Formats: sequence, structure tokens, C-alpha cells
Amino acid sequence: MGADRGKVKIRVKNLKKSFGDLEVLKDISTDVTEGEVVVVIGPSGSGKSTLLRCLNRLEEVSGGSVEIDGVDITAKKVNINKVRENIGMVFQHFNLFQNLNVIDNMTLAPAQLKKCTPEEAKKRAMEMLSRVGLVEKAESFPSQLSGGQKQRVAIARALCMQPGIMLFDEPTSALDPEMVGEVLQVMKALASDGMTMVIVTHEMGFAREVSDRVLFMDGGYIVEEGTPDELLLHPKEPRTIDFLNKVL
Amino acid sequence: MVKIITEYGGLLLTAMGRTLLLALLGLFFACIIGLIFGMLSVLKNRVCNVIAQVFVDVIRGVPMIVLAFFIYFGMPYLFNTIIGGFNIILSALQAGTICLALNCGAYMSEIIRAGIQSVDVGQMEAARSLGLSYFVSMRKVVLPQAIRTMIPSIINQFIITLKDTSILSVIGFPELVNTAKNVQANTFMAFQTWAIVGVMYLIVITILSRSAKMVERRLNVGR
Repeated sequence: MGADRGKVKIRVKNLKKSFGDLEVLKDISTDVTEGEVVVVIGPSGSGKSTLLRCLNRLEEVSGGSVEIDGVDITAKKVNINKVRENIGMVFQHFNLFQNLNVIDNMTLAPAQLKKCTPEEAKKRAMEMLSRVGLVEKAESFPSQLSGGQKQRVAIARALCMQPGIMLFDEPTSALDPEMVGEVLQVMKALASDGMTMVIVTHEMGFAREVSDRVLFMDGGYIVEEGTPDELLLHPKEPRTIDFLNKVL
Repeated sequence: MVKIITEYGGLLLTAMGRTLLLALLGLFFACIIGLIFGMLSVLKNRVCNVIAQVFVDVIRGVPMIVLAFFIYFGMPYLFNTIIGGFNIILSALQAGTICLALNCGAYMSEIIRAGIQSVDVGQMEAARSLGLSYFVSMRKVVLPQAIRTMIPSIINQFIITLKDTSILSVIGFPELVNTAKNVQANTFMAFQTWAIVGVMYLIVITILSRSAKMVERRLNVGR
């Protein structure tokens, strides 16, 4: 857990989110500090993914605030595109751009946003590909990759923007079992490099091994939180115990 | 038959050229209109959606021949006589182009809307999550994928529009049907005249749809 406890990267205060009449997030408050790896678990419909999607405003919040590096990103005047450049996101269904090959998937945003020259973007993309072990797939199209390879490219694509925070929305849930390991390994390496990460997952083993803190969500609230050992091995709340009994 | 071809062949070919000119002009503006209203209908903005919906409903709900009369006779009358102070005279080509562009544009906007909505929302979300703006994401990620699914419908619409130019004979534009009417009146050879005209349309449209098929196949490479 060698996280540098200090600077708060993400501060969620009294966050609420409704879809019409359905209140998905009721009152969420939590901080994520620099270098911390936070895993969010909970039954489906508990609001985990919605919470994650509020952190880069893919969902507009209904109440409360989300601060990234001290800036309230729910404020109307915030340039959300600038904020998102610093927050990588990895999706359950990979969402690689189907019309572009791997290298173009990775260089599109850095080149469009003038983060660097196209040559530099390509060079960095190749570095990232070698980190996830897929250099030979640079010219392939997403349809030619396996699920695990797609997700590794998706992670590498997010890293090309050199974000300070990475969000993972059930990154292994759509994968065949034998491909889960390769993706978790990439995430593990990222965590040990000190990346600030928020991960929604059902991989309890991964949560125990890699995370600094686990949040258990149910019914739109954070029901319980603690270190992986506290929460996964010695849960206190009945709902947490109930959930863990079902999944473990 | 031979007499018509030798005596009126050149005239009919010129008329076919005008038909194609009218169709091309109409299609060009229809694409612009279709893209604008197609985009308006997918934006997350009620007002934009309603504007696009009203446009499509109005154009779809009016026969093209009525639209043609309305634009060619009705609009100048409105501005020159009812409101007054204007002196607008539309040529048959101008009125025809506007009419085709509006009509085809309405259908194109529906094709474009459906095409955009057929692309998984995850593609837009992934692009936005990287910090790209809505319009860059649309242009670089969503539209290229949408166009592939739109191509067959767009080609279909092109062909319909090409054939719809014949309706504009009613406002006196000398396209193929209008010219053929004169040929028939001069020669009294109704069967031969309309057979030739039918074959001419058939040839042009077959060439169009065959080459469109080739474009479609080319675009599907790498999918």
C-alpha cells in the first residue's frame, strides 16, 4: 500500500444522481488520494458504474460535487474536455474505435488535441503498446483482436493521454475467463507505478491483492469501506456480509 | 423508332443531361440539408430535435408535385404580391433544385439520423472520455462508422431522387419527360417515344446502382 497519502485527487461530496424518478446515487462522499487504488464492489444496480461515470461527467450529476485536483468539475463553466484529458477511462465493452486500427485508436486524441506532434504521438503509442505487450498488433483493426487484447489496447489508448487518474468500469466482465489474467496484470503494473485508480470490478482476488481501499455500495449508498482485509475478510455490515457470501 | 432516334436522339440526350444536372444539384443540397437536420435530430437538445422532426414531417407529408407548385408559383406570389416589395422570379431549374433538395433532404436526414443512432453509444463515450469534443468525436469516430451502414439507403434515395426529377416536368423544366412529351406530340409515336425514354432511365440508373455497389464493397474492406 505504498501510496503517497496526502494530495486529494478526487473528492466526492454528497453526490446524487437520478435518472428520471430513479435515484441511483443517494448521498455519496469519499476522497481518493494520489496514488491510491480504490476498488468499488456491490450488487448490480447499486450505482457503482454510475458513480464512476460521474467522476468524468459522462453522467451529469443531480446534486453534490465532484472535485478533481481541487476543481469542482460539476460547475457549468468548467471545460469538461480539458478535465477529461487528465482522466483515462476503460469500459466494460472496450469501445475501441471500430473504424480505426490500433495505432490510430491510440493517437487520435493526442493528435487532435495537439498534445504533441503526430510523430511523438505515434512514438508514445508504440511505447504504450509494448507496455501491454501488443506491439505486433499496431496495424490490426479492433475486429481482429481477442477480447483481452482489445482491453489492453483500450488501457494503452487511455494512457497515451498521460492521465493522472484512471477509471475502470468492470474491465474484465466481458472477457472470456482465460483472458482476465492478462488484463489484470496490466492493471497491476499500472497500480505499482503509482497511478491513481478507481476500479469497479467483481474480481475479489484482484481487489485484495492490488487495492488500498474497497468500497461496498448498495442501493445508492456507500454501505461500508475499508482496507481489502477489513472489508473482504471481516465485513461488519449485514448487507456486505450477505453480498460477499453470494459472490465468494 | 429509328426515326425518333435519328431525329430526336440528340434532343433526348440533352434532356437527359438536364435531368442529371437537376438531380446532381438537388442531391448536392439534399446532402447538406440532410446532414444538418440529421445532426439536429441526434443532438441532446429538445428544440433542435423538434425543429428536425417538424421539417421531416412537413416535407414527408406533402406530395412533391404540390411542393413543386408551391415553390415555383406560390413563393414568388407570396413575396411579390401578398407581402409585396419583392421581385422574385425563380427559374424552373432553381425551383426544381430547391424542391428536390428539400424533398430528398428530409429523407436523407432520416437516413443519417438512423445511421448515427446505429453506432454503439460506447464509441461516442470513449471518444468523449479522452477529452475530444462532441463534434470531433462525431466527425472522426461516429460518422465514419455510420456512413457504412447508411450507404445502401443513401444510394436508394439517390435513385429515387433521380426518378423524381420527372415530376418537375410539371413546372416546365425541360428535363427528359417534358422533352419526350414534345417529341410524342410532334411524331405521334407514343409507344416508341416512351419506350426509348424508359430505356434511357433504365441505363442511367443501372450504371448508378452498379457503381454504387462497387463503392460499397470498397468501403467494407477492413471491417
